[in-house]
Amino acid sequence: MANPYSIDQIYSWLEEVKDPEIPVLSLVDLGVITRVEVTGEEVKIEMTPTFVGCPAMDLMKQEVLDVLNNNGVKKAEVIISFKEPWNSDKISEKGRQALKQFGLAPPPSGKNLFTDLDVLEHAQCPRCNGNHTELRSPFGPTLCRSIHYCLDCREAFEQFKPL
Amino acid sequence: MNENALKELLYKIADDQLILGHRNSEWTGMGPLLEEDIAFSSMAQDKIGQSYAIYTILHSLGEQDPDTIAFTRNANQFHNSILTELPNGEYDFSLIRHFLYDTAEIIRFEMLTHSSYTPLAELAIKIRAELKYHTLHANTWIKQLGSATEESIERLQKSLDYAMPYALGIFEESPYEAEIIKSGIFAGEKALYETWKQNIEAVIDQTRLHLADWSLLKPVLGGRLGNHSDHLQPLLDEMSEVFRIDPSAEW
Repeated sequence: MANPYSIDQIYSWLEEVKDPEIPVLSLVDLGVITRVEVTGEEVKIEMTPTFVGCPAMDLMKQEVLDVLNNNGVKKAEVIISFKEPWNSDKISEKGRQALKQFGLAPPPSGKNLFTDLDVLEHAQCPRCNGNHTELRSPFGPTLCRSIHYCLDCREAFEQFKPL
Repeated sequence: MNENALKELLYKIADDQLILGHRNSEWTGMGPLLEEDIAFSSMAQDKIGQSYAIYTILHSLGEQDPDTIAFTRNANQFHNSILTELPNGEYDFSLIRHFLYDTAEIIRFEMLTHSSYTPLAELAIKIRAELKYHTLHANTWIKQLGSATEESIERLQKSLDYAMPYALGIFEESPYEAEIIKSGIFAGEKALYETWKQNIEAVIDQTRLHLADWSLLKPVLGGRLGNHSDHLQPLLDEMSEVFRIDPSAEW
């Protein structure tokens, strides 16, 4: 019997589920959906947290289940896994644009971080695109954000942290 | 693989994260600067979340669920190092403990990325990346305040001297040490200690602080075996208060 749902279809449903802290960013674009598996009537989704201590994980898991149920999936399972650990390079280009429009600086590549502290020190301002900025705190209002100040706009802003 | 050896290792790592995470959370609303308040609160959230993930692995090995593990054991059932349970004291002590502990913590998780026990190795890759922010924070402050004013240097030096014997207790060996190393689960406390010592020296050498002669230090041991200071039980009583009143409460 053919699978009643295609993988693409499930991904398009999951576009509806947004990060509760950043309501313009879908979980798909955030890069936390690491696997979608369809076996007959059953849909199995693997998710991974951005930060291990992310308190929104249970809520996001429930919203994924709700979306699947609303689209008629009777048997759905969501598993939290660290097999493919999340890093900030997993945010899609669309996701990066969404972050910027939301007023959050998208993360620079996390690969060279901490051999090059300038990456943290001079984030690009999401308003004026300038790099004439300074790091105020590597910790912010949520685990995934740092606090910066733009010396041109004279305004504080947040960056989605590179990881 | 000896499952008891694995569990013992997981318990001590998770208990360290939980207890120091709780101590860090005590700075919420009390930090000397808003940024530091946020920093210690964020690190608390990270460490407690990481303990939860490790307790979840323990649960998959047949132990109780994470909340039961965290909230219903007594002090003598905890395997955290005594360093992590000491009261926050003044900010200088919290910073020194943060520096001494987190330096060991990130090396431990780096070593665990090579663990033969896959669930732990996978989780360690993730945790190691998060901890870079913690050691960055610790090193920045130790370097700045360790070379700033007479008062800041004197305070940090006093806390460093006080904390060091407790810090050596982090590396108290497990009764299963040889088995853990042999099975490739973890390369062992001795290897961790050697790297830690180098990293601590590398940062302290950039300040006006000084380290006591390593050979003269006497480690404060016992935490790994459940022999704790009088500070742990009151911490647990406070941490588990809501759970004990109503285990099904959501907050």
